[in-house]
Amino acid sequence: MTPRGETSMVPPPEFESYYGRQIIKTPTWKTPDVPLYLFLGGMGGASAVLAEVAASSGRPDLERVARVTAAGSAALGTVALVHDLGRPERFLNMLRVLKPTSPLSVGSFILAPFASLSGAAAASFLTGRLPRLGRLAGVGAAALGPPLATYTGALLANTAVPAWHEAHRELPFIFAGSGAAAAGGMAMVFSPCAQAGPARRMVLMGAAMEIVGAERLLDRIGLVGEPYRTGRPGRLMSVSRSLTAVAAGATLVLGRRSRAVSALAGAACVGASVLTRFGIFEAGLASARDPKYTVVPQKERIAARERAAVGR
Amino acid sequence: MGRLSGRLDDVTADAGYEDHPPRVGFFTDTSVCIGCKACEVACKTWNSVPDDGYLLTGMSYDNTQALGASTWRHVAFVEKSSEVSLPVDLGMPSMSLPGADPSAAGQATESGDGVVTWLMSSDVCKHCTHAACLDVCPTGSLFRTEFGTVVVQPDICNGCGYCVPACPYGVIDLREDDGRAFKCTLCYDRLKEGQQPACAQACPTESIQFGELDELRERADARLAELHEKGVDVARLYGRDPEDGVGGGGAFFLLLDEPEVYGLPPDPVVTTRDLGSIWKHVAMAAAALTGVGVAAAVGRRR
Ligand code: SF4
Repeated sequence: MTPRGETSMVPPPEFESYYGRQIIKTPTWKTPDVPLYLFLGGMGGASAVLAEVAASSGRPDLERVARVTAAGSAALGTVALVHDLGRPERFLNMLRVLKPTSPLSVGSFILAPFASLSGAAAASFLTGRLPRLGRLAGVGAAALGPPLATYTGALLANTAVPAWHEAHRELPFIFAGSGAAAAGGMAMVFSPCAQAGPARRMVLMGAAMEIVGAERLLDRIGLVGEPYRTGRPGRLMSVSRSLTAVAAGATLVLGRRSRAVSALAGAACVGASVLTRFGIFEAGLASARDPKYTVVPQKERIAARERAAVGR
Repeated sequence: MGRLSGRLDDVTADAGYEDHPPRVGFFTDTSVCIGCKACEVACKTWNSVPDDGYLLTGMSYDNTQALGASTWRHVAFVEKSSEVSLPVDLGMPSMSLPGADPSAAGQATESGDGVVTWLMSSDVCKHCTHAACLDVCPTGSLFRTEFGTVVVQPDICNGCGYCVPACPYGVIDLREDDGRAFKCTLCYDRLKEGQQPACAQACPTESIQFGELDELRERADARLAELHEKGVDVARLYGRDPEDGVGGGGAFFLLLDEPEVYGLPPDPVVTTRDLGSIWKHVAMAAAALTGVGVAAAVGRRR
């Protein structure tokens, strides 16, 4: 394998195509609706977890930010998802059946209760009404948060899009890590340093998970990983990774002491999380548009099968 | 939830039909296709499929370009110059005058000092045994009919677009001004009346053959053996194998070159074959995120 970032000395793989046309269709999912939805689901899901951490350790300022972020992300995410539909007025058809073979179906059944529960928890916290019920709703949202943040990995992977499908092992971890970093980051921006300890720890762990996941992905998937390294999606991915790493470093060193550094690092984490989603989304589109990523791995698969059959 | 991959001999029963007619499909024998596009026209007309623009593409005689929301049959044209002519009669109706040179028959034609080999192939939805479009559809709009075919119900489709990148062949697409997904229905309405699909009805050379899938497979095997006997070693069946990545197509083909030359994926696999692994990794990642929350809680109290 060629080390990343260096140009390969191996000539590009030879393959035939029909007038150079792509084989699979480019996803019709809209930008920015869908990448934003991926981001909001990650940040919202992780924020619901953070809100419970804050609530159980008596950090009301942190809890407020996390609850509002969770509820706001879920509401905005729902809008983005509905807006992306070709027939938005038929959104409720998503809840006609629950199909485990369709991550979008499963996701709708996660998003709908998550949005209600996180909304109820935030409303109760902000108004001070029905605190017990509000807390219960918060616990429910925290239970649904991690599935909400990670099912989007399945959403992308369960397609014929080469760069997404081949990444199915890492995408959920990248999304979980990126979601945790964004949730922690958001909380660092809006809560005092004295209460933001759990948010900082979430940033550090989330950043590590995201970076390790992305590294593993690029090492594992070979040719179809190319769109994650090259062109616009490649730039988005690498800027995101650097930004995350720098923000995590600043959080570790100065996060506890400096409010300004805390806010800046937190904002950087949120921004990096957005870039990650756009990078991964666009890498998938790029891999759909070039027949190379469909044909070459499939030809290799056939050749490997033939070699195995001869060897037997 | 039916079986997600591998051999499946009764896909209709697997989809929940107790009493059902035999599974039907298409065998498209491209070796006798003359590129007349009667199938494209018949399909558009019968199904009232709207016009989707007219572009001069420079891709031989193909201005249709690809299957899509408003193109349910697509005839691909590949012109290949070659040194040798095909001295083989592929058994298609001859367009030449009686007594003319028989070597000019088939998909090869003399032009100038070279020989152009024509590859023409009418592509269509494969009506997969394991159909990714149907699996990923969140509304249940895509369903398996009693004939074993895969059909979109336009009154349910909400245009989420998930089927579009799920199809390993790039068949189904959203119609832009309408917002919903459309594709070949294998003329579900005609099947219910005991008629054959419009494209097969219109095909003048029997390149498109409609029938019970089992019988079509036998016919295809015989045709392949015949061509191999005549020395057409390049002939191969595509999508016929019930053990392949989509469990075999309800529509399958006899091709004269590699699938990718016609714009077909060489070894398509239904994405949901990996569904178990996909959900397993989601579960592990969700657990890891919960773990991050717990670990964040147990740090220093500040
Ligand atoms: S070819 Fe594509 S659209 Fe047709 S049944 Fe298979 S997955 Fe669905």
